[in-house]
Amino acid sequence: MDPFTTLTAVAVPLDQANVDTDQIIPARFLGRTREQQLGGMFHDLRLDAGGRPRADCALNDPAYAGARILVADRNFACGSSRENAVTVMVDNGFRAFVAPSFGDIFFNNCYQNGVLPIVLPAERVAALRALLHARPGSTITVDLARQRVVGPDGAEDAFEIDSFRKDCLLRGVDEIALTLSHEAEIAGFEARSRAERDWL
Amino acid sequence: MSPPRTLFDKIWDRHVVVDRGDGYQLLYIDRHLMHDGSAAGFAKLRERGMKVRRPDLAFATPDHYNSTSGRTTDDIPDLQHRALVEQIRENTKAHGVTLFYLGDERQGIAHVVGPEQGITQPGVTLVCGDSHTSTHGAVGALAFGVGSSEVSHVMATQCLWQRKPKAMRVRVEGTLGPGVVAKDVILAIIARIGAAGAVGHVIEYAGSAIRGLSVEGRLTLCNMSIEAGGRAGMVAPDDTTFAYLHGRPFAPAGAAWERALAHWRTLPTDDGAAFAREVTLDAAAIEPMLTWGTSPEDAVPITGRVPDPAGAPDAAKRDAMLRSLEYMGLVPGTPLDGLAVDRVFIGSCTNSRIEDLRAAAAVARGRRATVPAWVVAGSGLVKRQAEAEGLDRVFRDAGFEWREPGCSMCVGMNGDTGLPGQRIASTSNRNFVGRQGRGVRTHLVGPAMAAAAAVTGRFTDVRRLAQ
Repeated sequence: MDPFTTLTAVAVPLDQANVDTDQIIPARFLGRTREQQLGGMFHDLRLDAGGRPRADCALNDPAYAGARILVADRNFACGSSRENAVTVMVDNGFRAFVAPSFGDIFFNNCYQNGVLPIVLPAERVAALRALLHARPGSTITVDLARQRVVGPDGAEDAFEIDSFRKDCLLRGVDEIALTLSHEAEIAGFEARSRAERDWL
Repeated sequence: MSPPRTLFDKIWDRHVVVDRGDGYQLLYIDRHLMHDGSAAGFAKLRERGMKVRRPDLAFATPDHYNSTSGRTTDDIPDLQHRALVEQIRENTKAHGVTLFYLGDERQGIAHVVGPEQGITQPGVTLVCGDSHTSTHGAVGALAFGVGSSEVSHVMATQCLWQRKPKAMRVRVEGTLGPGVVAKDVILAIIARIGAAGAVGHVIEYAGSAIRGLSVEGRLTLCNMSIEAGGRAGMVAPDDTTFAYLHGRPFAPAGAAWERALAHWRTLPTDDGAAFAREVTLDAAAIEPMLTWGTSPEDAVPITGRVPDPAGAPDAAKRDAMLRSLEYMGLVPGTPLDGLAVDRVFIGSCTNSRIEDLRAAAAVARGRRATVPAWVVAGSGLVKRQAEAEGLDRVFRDAGFEWREPGCSMCVGMNGDTGLPGQRIASTSNRNFVGRQGRGVRTHLVGPAMAAAAAVTGRFTDVRRLAQ
């Protein structure tokens, strides 16, 4: 997994709350190759039924071209566990998401793909979206080591992250390899479990 | 004396393999359910040249991509989908995992099959690469959905790195009124706490109305915990649970049953255990529910009307309501009772068990569907049971389609979708934009309400039909 340290990139705002992972990648794009899924990202939000780009969708605005950060609203990426919701965004260049809250499963899936989900207070996230709308193409800086987000206005916000997750991202840790280093504990647990709960 | 603990605490504590001391713990996983979407997990394992660590703790069944018009891979027209179904057979064979394949009566939706087979048991940790894994908490398990990376992590190590979520208790006290079922209870709960109301929490459902639910009702309840943002949902195991599990193929038997039972009886939450949050609902106040919008939190009683965005608490909520109303093609103030539907779907891991089919059949009996209506049993065994009871005849005589088991129109991955603009009464769990096909307008309801919509062509208060 690629380490995540700092990122300065164009950020794109998405103003709706409760955007579910079906919106991020509709079911009809699942069961396809990653290449085939690429254009499925936010497909029905971006394009109307005739396949024409919707004018009111920031994701279609060329001013945000090359965006690597998405600033969303409450309960972003709720719903289905499909990890394709993370990978299709990674494949389209995204490495960080900012929102007041996230769907739990998506939040965990981010870490599995070297992506940083950042929770900030709803008022500040709304202010960031307003700044991005006012100046499309503005950048945001994320500094993971210092746990800071620097907005287009230069204002800094601290964010919380579990030290374990932070360390895994900074070093690009392979989680399976890490777990396998605990083989003795796992085997010990299994032996105890066989004795205490032999019906399993 | 140790402090009082919740059901969730007791299961969690027992499964900690490593405590890093920084909030993260390595949790052992007792049961892993796999389906035809698990191919990505197997692929990641293959890249590392690894085998499934504990194939004896894993069980697989195709459900997402299989056809509901026939039970062979030849019935799957999309070749990429067909390959995914075939891969679950090849992968489980290569790794020695138990498989309930197409044609096996035990095949079905993973969240129907797990409890039905007795694979899901009180006190176990269970994961599956599907968000509705929360279903299994109904028998007192700690069960949650994970993505494909964590699927491969469990395959390789039988463990997961987790931060312990907070505990939340939702009590439903009193007696449910006539015609009010578990689906109405969970929709009422989500309407109360919101689609993000339980983010970061595991919900324990408690109270006299929950105790009074059958295990099948509790499965419906826990199933939609994820729709409130919950990591998992649970109901403490009791005699109802034990009677349900006894004699099931993978449940313990004989002396092992007695040992298991002794353990299971220690699991319920201790008096005085602390919850980070408590919510209480009055069972008698819950009516048959349906959703009007594009989030499961948009649920109202059938006696209600389409809400007016003018009454929204803030501008963001008003915008969301306006978007939902536009997508759903609804006008504020319209009574929901009497709203015309184009199609009906009875099925999904929420509502496809035998009690659901009985409830729907009781309404369909002697009546005639006026719009296309599908019934998709949750497993081959549910289907056989329904046929033994003559329910298939009731549905067919009423003009409903009687189909083969799978996720079907709940998620539409296999091509079972509606047409743009169609209004569907659905017993599934998500009314998201485009969930049942692009432009499809989904309204979530319970099984009897869905059958009532089928025979009247309109959303109808099922209590009126029952009289």
